[in-house]
Amino acid sequence: MSEKPKVLAISSAGGHWVQLQRLRAAWDDCDAVYVTTKEGYREDLVADAERRGQSIPKFYRVVDANRWQKFRLLRQLVGILMILIRERPDVVVSTGAAAGFFALKIGRLMGARTIWVDSIANAGALSLSGQKAGGCADLWLTQWEHLATGETGKKGPEFKGSVV
Amino acid sequence: MIFVTVGHELRFDRLIKGLDNWALDSGYKDIFAQVAELGEEGYKPRNFAWQSFLDPDNFKSRFEGADLIVAHAGMGTIITALTMKKPLLIMPRKGALKETRNDHQIATAEQFARRSGIYVAKDETELGPVLDELIANPPSKINEAASEFAEPQLLQSIRNFIYDGRAPKGL
Repeated sequence: MSEKPKVLAISSAGGHWVQLQRLRAAWDDCDAVYVTTKEGYREDLVADAERRGQSIPKFYRVVDANRWQKFRLLRQLVGILMILIRERPDVVVSTGAAAGFFALKIGRLMGARTIWVDSIANAGALSLSGQKAGGCADLWLTQWEHLATGETGKKGPEFKGSVV
Repeated sequence: MIFVTVGHELRFDRLIKGLDNWALDSGYKDIFAQVAELGEEGYKPRNFAWQSFLDPDNFKSRFEGADLIVAHAGMGTIITALTMKKPLLIMPRKGALKETRNDHQIATAEQFARRSGIYVAKDETELGPVLDELIANPPSKINEAASEFAEPQLLQSIRNFIYDGRAPKGL
Protein backbone atom coordinates (compact mmCIF):
# COMPACT_ATOMS: atom_id res chain seq x y z
CA MET A 1 0.00 0.00 0.00
CA SER A 2 1.29 3.47 -0.87
CA GLU A 3 1.38 6.28 1.69
CA LYS A 4 -2.14 7.33 0.76
CA PRO A 5 -4.55 4.41 0.51
CA LYS A 6 -7.08 4.58 -2.30
CA VAL A 7 -10.61 4.00 -0.96
CA LEU A 8 -13.53 3.27 -3.27
CA ALA A 9 -16.80 4.05 -1.46
CA ILE A 10 -19.91 2.76 -3.20
CA SER A 11 -23.66 2.56 -2.56
CA SER A 12 -26.99 2.99 -4.28
CA ALA A 13 -28.70 6.39 -4.01
CA GLY A 14 -31.03 7.36 -1.14
CA GLY A 15 -30.73 5.99 2.40
CA HIS A 16 -27.64 3.88 1.66
CA TRP A 17 -25.84 6.93 0.31
CA VAL A 18 -26.83 9.06 3.33
CA GLN A 19 -25.24 6.41 5.55
CA LEU A 20 -22.10 6.09 3.40
CA GLN A 21 -21.65 9.87 3.62
CA ARG A 22 -21.77 9.75 7.41
CA LEU A 23 -18.76 7.41 7.31
CA ARG A 24 -16.68 9.66 5.05
CA ALA A 25 -14.49 11.06 7.85
CA ALA A 26 -13.05 7.54 8.19
CA TRP A 27 -11.22 7.99 4.87
CA ASP A 28 -10.27 11.65 5.20
CA ASP A 29 -6.82 12.25 3.68
CA CYS A 30 -7.09 9.06 1.64
CA ASP A 31 -7.45 9.02 -2.13
CA ALA A 32 -11.28 8.80 -2.33
CA VAL A 33 -13.36 7.50 -5.23
CA TYR A 34 -17.15 7.50 -4.98
CA VAL A 35 -19.57 5.38 -6.99
CA THR A 36 -23.35 5.68 -6.81
CA THR A 37 -26.47 5.51 -8.97
CA LYS A 38 -27.42 9.20 -9.03
CA GLU A 39 -25.51 11.96 -10.82
CA GLY A 40 -26.83 14.73 -8.53
CA TYR A 41 -24.56 13.76 -5.63
CA ARG A 42 -21.40 14.93 -7.39
CA GLU A 43 -21.96 18.60 -6.45
CA ASP A 44 -22.50 17.74 -2.76
CA LEU A 45 -19.20 15.86 -2.68
CA VAL A 46 -17.27 18.74 -4.22
CA ALA A 47 -18.86 21.30 -1.86
CA ASP A 48 -18.17 19.11 1.17
CA ALA A 49 -14.53 18.46 0.18
CA GLU A 50 -13.95 22.19 -0.23
CA ARG A 51 -15.64 23.01 3.08
CA ARG A 52 -13.57 20.46 4.99
CA GLY A 53 -10.26 21.06 3.22
CA GLN A 54 -10.16 17.63 1.58
CA SER A 55 -8.96 16.98 -1.96
CA ILE A 56 -11.82 16.72 -4.46
CA PRO A 57 -12.81 13.05 -4.74
CA LYS A 58 -13.43 11.22 -7.99
CA PHE A 59 -17.04 10.43 -8.79
CA TYR A 60 -18.65 7.81 -11.02
CA ARG A 61 -22.28 7.03 -11.67
CA VAL A 62 -23.51 3.53 -12.52
CA VAL A 63 -26.97 2.47 -13.64
CA ASP A 64 -29.54 1.93 -10.88
CA ALA A 65 -30.97 -1.59 -10.48
CA ASN A 66 -32.86 -3.68 -7.96
CA ARG A 67 -32.68 -7.41 -7.55
CA TRP A 68 -35.51 -8.09 -9.99
CA GLN A 69 -34.09 -6.07 -12.89
CA LYS A 70 -31.72 -8.66 -14.32
CA PHE A 71 -30.59 -6.73 -17.39
CA ARG A 72 -30.00 -3.52 -15.47
CA LEU A 73 -28.12 -5.48 -12.81
CA LEU A 74 -25.86 -6.83 -15.54
CA ARG A 75 -25.22 -3.32 -16.87
CA GLN A 76 -24.48 -2.15 -13.34
CA LEU A 77 -22.08 -5.06 -12.81
CA VAL A 78 -20.17 -4.24 -16.00
CA GLY A 79 -20.01 -0.55 -15.04
CA ILE A 80 -18.57 -1.39 -11.64
CA LEU A 81 -16.07 -3.82 -13.16
CA MET A 82 -14.76 -1.12 -15.52
CA ILE A 83 -14.39 1.38 -12.69
CA LEU A 84 -12.53 -1.11 -10.49
CA ILE A 85 -10.15 -2.02 -13.33
CA ARG A 86 -9.46 1.64 -13.91
CA GLU A 87 -9.12 2.73 -10.28
CA ARG A 88 -7.56 -0.33 -8.61
CA PRO A 89 -8.52 0.70 -5.06
CA ASP A 90 -6.71 -0.60 -1.97
CA VAL A 91 -9.99 -0.69 -0.04
CA VAL A 92 -13.64 -1.03 -1.13
CA VAL A 93 -16.31 0.09 1.35
CA SER A 94 -20.09 -0.12 0.98
CA THR A 95 -23.36 0.33 2.89
CA GLY A 96 -25.43 -1.44 0.19
CA ALA A 97 -27.12 -2.61 -1.81
CA ALA A 98 -26.57 -4.67 -5.02
CA ALA A 99 -23.96 -2.23 -6.33
CA GLY A 100 -21.99 -2.56 -3.11
CA PHE A 101 -22.14 -6.34 -3.18
CA PHE A 102 -20.80 -6.41 -6.75
CA ALA A 103 -17.98 -4.03 -5.88
CA LEU A 104 -16.92 -6.07 -2.84
CA LYS A 105 -17.03 -9.32 -4.76
CA ILE A 106 -15.01 -8.05 -7.75
CA GLY A 107 -12.79 -5.80 -5.67
CA ARG A 108 -11.70 -8.68 -3.52
CA LEU A 109 -10.88 -10.84 -6.54
CA MET A 110 -8.65 -7.98 -7.68
CA GLY A 111 -6.84 -7.89 -4.36
CA ALA A 112 -8.61 -5.02 -2.58
CA ARG A 113 -9.50 -5.27 1.10
CA THR A 114 -13.22 -4.93 1.66
CA ILE A 115 -15.63 -3.40 4.20
CA TRP A 116 -19.38 -4.01 4.40
CA VAL A 117 -21.40 -1.83 6.79
CA ASP A 118 -24.92 -3.28 6.77
CA SER A 119 -27.64 -0.63 6.55
CA ILE A 120 -29.09 0.62 9.83
CA ALA A 121 -32.48 0.11 8.17
CA ASN A 122 -31.95 -3.62 8.74
CA ALA A 123 -32.78 -3.69 12.43
CA GLY A 124 -34.62 -7.01 12.39
CA ALA A 125 -32.27 -9.11 10.28
CA LEU A 126 -29.30 -8.63 7.98
CA SER A 127 -30.15 -7.46 4.47
CA LEU A 128 -30.13 -9.92 1.60
CA SER A 129 -27.16 -8.18 0.00
CA GLY A 130 -25.58 -8.02 3.46
CA GLN A 131 -25.77 -11.78 3.93
CA LYS A 132 -24.15 -12.31 0.55
CA ALA A 133 -21.62 -9.51 0.95
CA GLY A 134 -20.53 -10.85 4.32
CA GLY A 135 -18.84 -13.72 2.52
CA CYS A 136 -16.55 -11.34 0.66
CA ALA A 137 -16.05 -8.69 3.36
CA ASP A 138 -12.77 -8.57 5.29
CA LEU A 139 -14.46 -6.23 7.77
CA TRP A 140 -18.14 -7.13 8.16
CA LEU A 141 -20.18 -4.79 10.35
CA THR A 142 -23.80 -4.51 11.47
CA GLN A 143 -25.14 -1.33 13.04
CA TRP A 144 -27.26 -3.22 15.55
CA GLU A 145 -25.65 -4.88 18.53
CA HIS A 146 -28.33 -7.58 18.70
CA LEU A 147 -27.44 -8.72 15.15
CA ALA A 148 -23.70 -9.05 15.84
CA THR A 149 -22.39 -12.61 15.84
CA GLY A 150 -18.82 -12.06 14.67
CA GLU A 151 -17.36 -11.62 18.15
CA THR A 152 -18.38 -15.08 19.26
CA GLY A 153 -16.10 -16.70 16.69
CA LYS A 154 -18.97 -17.67 14.41
CA LYS A 155 -19.13 -16.31 10.90
CA GLY A 156 -21.12 -13.11 11.08
CA PRO A 157 -20.90 -9.36 11.36
CA GLU A 158 -19.39 -7.40 14.23
CA PHE A 159 -20.89 -4.37 15.91
CA LYS A 160 -18.72 -1.24 16.26
CA GLY A 161 -21.37 1.46 16.44
CA SER A 162 -23.83 3.03 14.05
CA VAL A 163 -24.01 5.93 11.59
CA VAL A 164 -26.37 7.89 13.84
CA MET B 1 -46.35 23.50 10.97
CA ILE B 2 -46.29 19.81 10.18
CA PHE B 3 -44.07 18.72 7.31
CA VAL B 4 -44.85 15.33 5.82
CA THR B 5 -42.44 13.31 3.67
CA VAL B 6 -42.66 9.81 2.21
CA GLY B 7 -39.19 9.81 0.65
CA HIS B 8 -38.46 9.82 -3.06
CA GLU B 9 -39.18 6.32 -4.26
CA LEU B 10 -42.79 5.32 -3.71
CA ARG B 11 -46.02 7.00 -2.69
CA PHE B 12 -47.53 6.02 0.66
CA ASP B 13 -51.34 6.21 0.44
CA ARG B 14 -52.11 4.85 3.91
CA LEU B 15 -50.09 7.61 5.55
CA ILE B 16 -51.39 10.43 3.35
CA LYS B 17 -55.00 9.31 3.59
CA GLY B 18 -54.72 8.87 7.35
CA LEU B 19 -53.34 12.39 7.66
CA ASP B 20 -56.01 13.79 5.38
CA ASN B 21 -58.72 12.25 7.57
CA TRP B 22 -57.03 13.52 10.70
CA ALA B 23 -56.71 17.04 9.25
CA LEU B 24 -60.44 17.05 8.50
CA ASP B 25 -61.42 15.70 11.94
CA SER B 26 -59.05 17.85 13.97
CA GLY B 27 -59.33 21.02 11.92
CA TYR B 28 -55.52 21.23 11.90
CA LYS B 29 -54.63 22.67 8.50
CA ASP B 30 -51.02 23.83 8.83
CA ILE B 31 -49.63 20.82 6.99
CA PHE B 32 -47.47 20.50 3.91
CA ALA B 33 -46.74 17.13 2.36
CA GLN B 34 -44.16 15.77 -0.08
CA VAL B 35 -46.04 12.74 -1.38
CA ALA B 36 -43.88 11.32 -4.24
CA GLU B 37 -45.36 10.40 -7.63
CA LEU B 38 -49.11 9.77 -7.21
CA GLY B 39 -50.01 8.93 -10.78
CA GLU B 40 -53.65 8.18 -11.51
CA GLU B 41 -54.29 5.86 -8.60
CA GLY B 42 -52.46 7.59 -5.76
CA TYR B 43 -54.49 9.20 -2.98
CA LYS B 44 -54.63 12.98 -3.39
CA PRO B 45 -55.15 14.81 -0.09
CA ARG B 46 -57.89 17.44 0.05
CA ASN B 47 -57.25 19.05 3.41
CA PHE B 48 -53.67 20.25 3.08
CA ALA B 49 -51.16 21.44 0.49
CA TRP B 50 -48.92 18.88 -1.15
CA GLN B 51 -46.35 18.39 -3.88
CA SER B 52 -44.89 15.23 -5.38
CA PHE B 53 -41.26 16.28 -5.01
CA LEU B 54 -39.36 19.31 -3.71
CA ASP B 55 -35.97 20.51 -4.84
CA PRO B 56 -33.27 20.01 -2.14
CA ASP B 57 -33.25 23.66 -0.91
CA ASN B 58 -37.02 23.82 -0.67
CA PHE B 59 -37.11 20.45 1.06
CA LYS B 60 -34.55 21.65 3.60
CA SER B 61 -36.36 24.89 4.39
CA ARG B 62 -39.71 23.08 4.82
CA PHE B 63 -37.98 20.61 7.13
CA GLU B 64 -36.29 23.37 9.13
CA GLY B 65 -39.48 25.39 9.45
CA ALA B 66 -41.58 22.51 10.79
CA ASP B 67 -42.51 21.88 14.44
CA LEU B 68 -43.15 18.21 13.71
CA ILE B 69 -42.14 15.87 10.89
CA VAL B 70 -44.48 13.02 9.91
CA ALA B 71 -42.94 10.41 7.63
CA HIS B 72 -42.43 6.82 6.55
CA ALA B 73 -39.76 4.95 8.53
CA GLY B 74 -37.01 5.63 5.98
CA MET B 75 -33.44 6.09 7.18
CA GLY B 76 -32.85 9.24 5.12
CA THR B 77 -35.74 10.97 6.89
CA ILE B 78 -34.82 9.63 10.34
CA ILE B 79 -31.22 10.78 10.03
CA THR B 80 -32.27 14.20 8.75
CA ALA B 81 -34.70 14.64 11.67
CA LEU B 82 -32.03 13.65 14.21
CA THR B 83 -29.45 16.04 12.76
CA MET B 84 -31.97 18.89 12.52
CA LYS B 85 -33.34 18.24 16.04
CA LYS B 86 -36.90 17.82 14.82
CA PRO B 87 -39.55 15.74 16.59
CA LEU B 88 -40.49 12.93 14.23
CA LEU B 89 -43.55 10.72 13.95
CA ILE B 90 -42.95 7.66 11.77
CA MET B 91 -45.37 5.13 10.34
CA PRO B 92 -43.66 2.08 8.79
CA ARG B 93 -44.39 0.87 5.27
CA LYS B 94 -45.44 -2.77 5.05
CA GLY B 95 -43.93 -5.31 2.69
CA ALA B 96 -47.15 -7.33 2.49
CA LEU B 97 -49.00 -4.28 1.10
CA LYS B 98 -46.19 -3.76 -1.46
CA GLU B 99 -45.42 -0.38 0.09
CA THR B 100 -41.75 -1.33 0.09
CA ARG B 101 -39.78 -4.49 -0.66
CA ASN B 102 -40.12 -6.10 2.78
CA ASP B 103 -40.95 -5.36 6.41
CA HIS B 104 -37.63 -3.69 7.25
CA GLN B 105 -39.37 -0.39 8.11
CA ILE B 106 -41.36 -2.12 10.86
CA ALA B 107 -38.14 -3.26 12.56
CA THR B 108 -36.58 0.18 12.00
CA ALA B 109 -39.57 1.89 13.63
CA GLU B 110 -39.47 -0.48 16.62
CA GLN B 111 -35.79 0.21 17.21
CA PHE B 112 -35.92 3.98 16.73
CA ALA B 113 -39.00 4.31 18.95
CA ARG B 114 -36.50 4.14 21.84
CA ARG B 115 -34.82 7.39 20.81
CA SER B 116 -36.06 10.59 22.36
CA GLY B 117 -37.91 12.79 19.91
CA ILE B 118 -39.07 9.85 17.75
CA TYR B 119 -42.68 8.66 17.93
CA VAL B 120 -44.26 5.73 16.13
CA ALA B 121 -47.73 5.05 14.74
CA LYS B 122 -47.81 1.35 13.83
CA ASP B 123 -50.56 1.92 11.27
CA GLU B 124 -53.18 4.43 10.14
CA THR B 125 -55.48 3.64 13.09
CA GLU B 126 -52.79 4.84 15.52
CA LEU B 127 -51.94 7.91 13.49
CA GLY B 128 -54.79 10.18 14.65
CA PRO B 129 -54.48 9.42 18.38
CA VAL B 130 -50.68 9.90 18.33
CA LEU B 131 -51.03 13.19 16.44
CA ASP B 132 -53.72 14.41 18.87
CA GLU B 133 -51.36 13.66 21.74
CA LEU B 134 -48.41 15.42 20.08
CA ILE B 135 -50.52 18.52 19.34
CA ALA B 136 -52.00 18.60 22.87
CA ASN B 137 -48.59 18.04 24.53
CA PRO B 138 -45.92 19.30 22.15
CA PRO B 139 -42.64 17.40 22.61
CA SER B 140 -39.93 19.26 24.48
CA LYS B 141 -37.17 20.81 22.44
CA ILE B 142 -34.38 18.44 21.46
CA ASN B 143 -31.14 19.95 22.72
CA GLU B 144 -28.49 17.90 21.08
CA ALA B 145 -28.32 17.45 17.33
CA ALA B 146 -26.86 14.22 16.03
CA SER B 147 -23.35 14.76 14.61
CA GLU B 148 -22.92 15.00 10.85
CA PHE B 149 -20.78 11.87 11.10
CA ALA B 150 -21.20 8.32 12.36
CA GLU B 151 -20.32 7.34 15.93
CA PRO B 152 -16.59 7.88 16.60
CA GLN B 153 -15.84 4.24 17.42
CA LEU B 154 -17.34 3.13 14.09
CA LEU B 155 -15.28 5.71 12.17
CA GLN B 156 -12.14 4.68 14.06
CA SER B 157 -12.71 0.96 13.37
CA ILE B 158 -13.04 1.64 9.65
CA ARG B 159 -10.07 3.99 9.62
CA ASN B 160 -7.89 1.46 11.43
CA PHE B 161 -8.90 -1.16 8.90
CA ILE B 162 -8.16 1.13 5.93
CA TYR B 163 -4.67 1.82 7.24
CA ASP B 164 -4.29 -1.83 8.21
CA GLY B 165 -3.41 -0.92 11.78
CA ARG B 166 -0.86 1.67 10.65
CA ALA B 167 -3.04 4.79 10.86
CA PRO B 168 -0.79 7.85 10.74
CA LYS B 169 -3.07 9.82 13.04
CA GLY B 170 -6.48 9.73 14.69
CA LEU B 171 -9.59 11.39 13.39
